[in-house]
Amino acid sequence: MCGLYAVTELAAHSDRQISASDIAEKYDISLNHLAKVLRTLVRAKLIESVRGAGGGYRFSGNAKRVTLLDVIELFQEIGGEAGDSASLKHDEGKALHSILREVDEFAVASLRAITLSTLVKIIARQQNGGRADSGARKSSAIGA
Amino acid sequence: MGEAERSVSQAPKGDIEIRAVEARDVPEIVKLDERSTGVSKCKYWRELYSYFTQARGDGRAFFVAEQQGRVVGFIAGEIRAFEFGSEPCGWVFGLDVDPDLRVHNVGTQLFERICASFKRAGVDKVRTILDRDNHLVLAFFRSQGMMAGRFIQLEKDLD
Repeated sequence: MCGLYAVTELAAHSDRQISASDIAEKYDISLNHLAKVLRTLVRAKLIESVRGAGGGYRFSGNAKRVTLLDVIELFQEIGGEAGDSASLKHDEGKALHSILREVDEFAVASLRAITLSTLVKIIARQQNGGRADSGARKSSAIGA
Repeated sequence: MGEAERSVSQAPKGDIEIRAVEARDVPEIVKLDERSTGVSKCKYWRELYSYFTQARGDGRAFFVAEQQGRVVGFIAGEIRAFEFGSEPCGWVFGLDVDPDLRVHNVGTQLFERICASFKRAGVDKVRTILDRDNHLVLAFFRSQGMMAGRFIQLEKDLD
């Protein structure tokens, strides 16, 4: 999640650089851990570091092309076989394994279909929806 | 805006016009679809054209994107009611855009046009269904704000 938070924050504000400490503070992430995550994102060319006063990190990928799965796969293997080999030795294990694989396949399909650009749009919609809800609550309070 | 009316926008190789499908468009739709799927389906598209134009405006919508007299995209769908226990909603059955013009908002314009058509016809939800390995089109629909819905598709191999 840490990598997704960092890259999403930078993609959402691609016109400026953001310091690691600002990202760490916003998402309540250890700065040490975040530094390692940011290095991985730099190596993947999704972000770049900006040196000097006011430096930090800036998004450098293609937000319309990079998917959530692309980011997650930088940090963990996806699509491996669920369940240990012992559980596949009996029919119950095999049946459960096939159901868990079905769930995994849907999850992977969703993560592969959502780009960073789409995620940023979803966040904006939720923020606007939140503001609309807040406005509606205010209106009803006034009406009451 | 009525379905017979036209909208025009800018694209790299010239203006894009979104308009209701006409009989002369069918061969180009067949070609566009064949380029994407590798399968030529003349009969299927001719029949679909007939079906959609028989009751145009009755919840059925079939639009094309035209650039310099050439069809560069299309979208087709209709309002269906009560199947699968669903309330009436718009279904998008087909969408394709010339690969050379992708990422230039042609698909977005087509999708917005059919959504407006569904909205005018009185529904407030649009659905579609597609293969989970169709990453490109899945990502497109996601970018348009579509999310996983309440319905789950199930299937079984028949013995």
